[in-house]
Amino acid sequence: MEHLNQWQPGATMATLRQRSRVLAKLRDFFQQRQVMEVDVPLLSRATVTDHNIDSIQARNADVAAYLQTSPEYFMKRLLAAGSGDIYSLGKAFRDAENGRRHNPEFTMLEWYRCGWDEHQLMDEVAELIVSLVPETGVRRCSYADVFIQHLQVDPHFADLADLQRMAVIAGSEAWADETRANCLDLLFSVLIEPQLDDGLVLVYDYPACQAALAKCAEDSQGRQISRRFEGFLNRVELANGYCELTDVAEQASRFAEDQRLRKLSGKAPVTADLQLLAAMEAGLPECAGVAMGVDRLLMQLQGADSIDQVMPFSWERC
Amino acid sequence: MSNYSTNEFRSGLKVMLDGDPCSILDNELVKPGKGQAFNRVKLRNLKTGRVLEKTFKSGEQLEAADVMDTDMQYLYNDGDFWCFMEPDTFEQHQATENAVGDALIWLSEQDTCVVTLFNGVPLSVTPPNHVELEIVETDPGLRGDTAQGGSKPAKLVTGAVVKVPLFLDQGEIIRVDTRTGEYQGRVSAK
Repeated sequence: MEHLNQWQPGATMATLRQRSRVLAKLRDFFQQRQVMEVDVPLLSRATVTDHNIDSIQARNADVAAYLQTSPEYFMKRLLAAGSGDIYSLGKAFRDAENGRRHNPEFTMLEWYRCGWDEHQLMDEVAELIVSLVPETGVRRCSYADVFIQHLQVDPHFADLADLQRMAVIAGSEAWADETRANCLDLLFSVLIEPQLDDGLVLVYDYPACQAALAKCAEDSQGRQISRRFEGFLNRVELANGYCELTDVAEQASRFAEDQRLRKLSGKAPVTADLQLLAAMEAGLPECAGVAMGVDRLLMQLQGADSIDQVMPFSWERC
Repeated sequence: MSNYSTNEFRSGLKVMLDGDPCSILDNELVKPGKGQAFNRVKLRNLKTGRVLEKTFKSGEQLEAADVMDTDMQYLYNDGDFWCFMEPDTFEQHQATENAVGDALIWLSEQDTCVVTLFNGVPLSVTPPNHVELEIVETDPGLRGDTAQGGSKPAKLVTGAVVKVPLFLDQGEIIRVDTRTGEYQGRVSAK
């Protein structure tokens, strides 16, 4: 039991007091804007099908269950049921995510704005960050622009073979026959993210192949984009948002595509969440939603270089 | 030999990379929220000493390197090889000049060193942190000058040259830190 000497918390008491203050400020931010807090379940029979996100399995009375990787599906069911604007500030779980910036159990802030698009929601993300750190600089750029600026390649129009060659150099031979989305992720994470400006950088119009649950569209240059954005605070991925997909048929086909990709990478199949599909069938209102990692936000506020330093007990201590 | 997966990579683990044994220095998980997980890994090539950074897909595996650190007594140099002995088994190992490397100038017979074995063959030698060696060549000592600063080069019996205080003389035995090559003090006159 080498962990026995790790009974103490990773965060100092001063950090835990700041954590408590930040949680209170986040709730206050949404209270003032009449966004309702919802505490949706962490344990469910269904989970995400996303082939890059693995759920931790659990059981309840011999029924297979999963710890939720985000509150998204439950929140969308509430939106479809007429909740109006809502936020959730709670835990999320992701299997095998351990590292300096990852903990398998972490605190996620997620909120939805009815009738908004992703650009209005980006404004609110910036307002929230500035409310916590008033001097934060905010910059916005499209995924294509930031990619071209740093790598001189248009990520939407480049040949897959060229992206694979670049990924092999940035990573290893293992990327030689990777998908477009995975090559782009590697190039962005390794070559672009560390070069981003200080402060909050909001990157929007992700390639359509990385749409996840965002609506897709075509930009003025004829690029197939997804209406998805990400927020980076001091070069650390902090938030991911969408102009939400509301079309149930399109949602069902993305679930099917997830299953195909899971099978391809040898992962166990996951049944699509039929309750979510039923809710979307009934009608998910047009909305934009975003999820933000609260522990990472605290890391930036504290200048901490490990997530363990801002949590009471990270997985290493559990 | 077994394999290690990226999620088992931790500092100090010895693995094979491109045919060379390497020691892992650092392993960081990179996982875009919606993207594929990969690992940025820093390794030291134990043959060349060079530090390199590699990116692996999470779940990729590397073969474990059969690398072992063993305390051994230095016996003698026969002209081609440096001979070391395991004190428990009396088993002897021949190290090449390449393996002995920078340890060469600190080795005196009977000293206990750490010999790193790769597939049973000495790959590198780490001398004791502190050694006591005789001065064989230096300018005559300035008597009485024990308090003033100032230093002079002194050649030791093993061939190392270290800076020593002015009052020391040929034939004296001094203590040296092999990690920094710094003089630590006078042990005794011969």
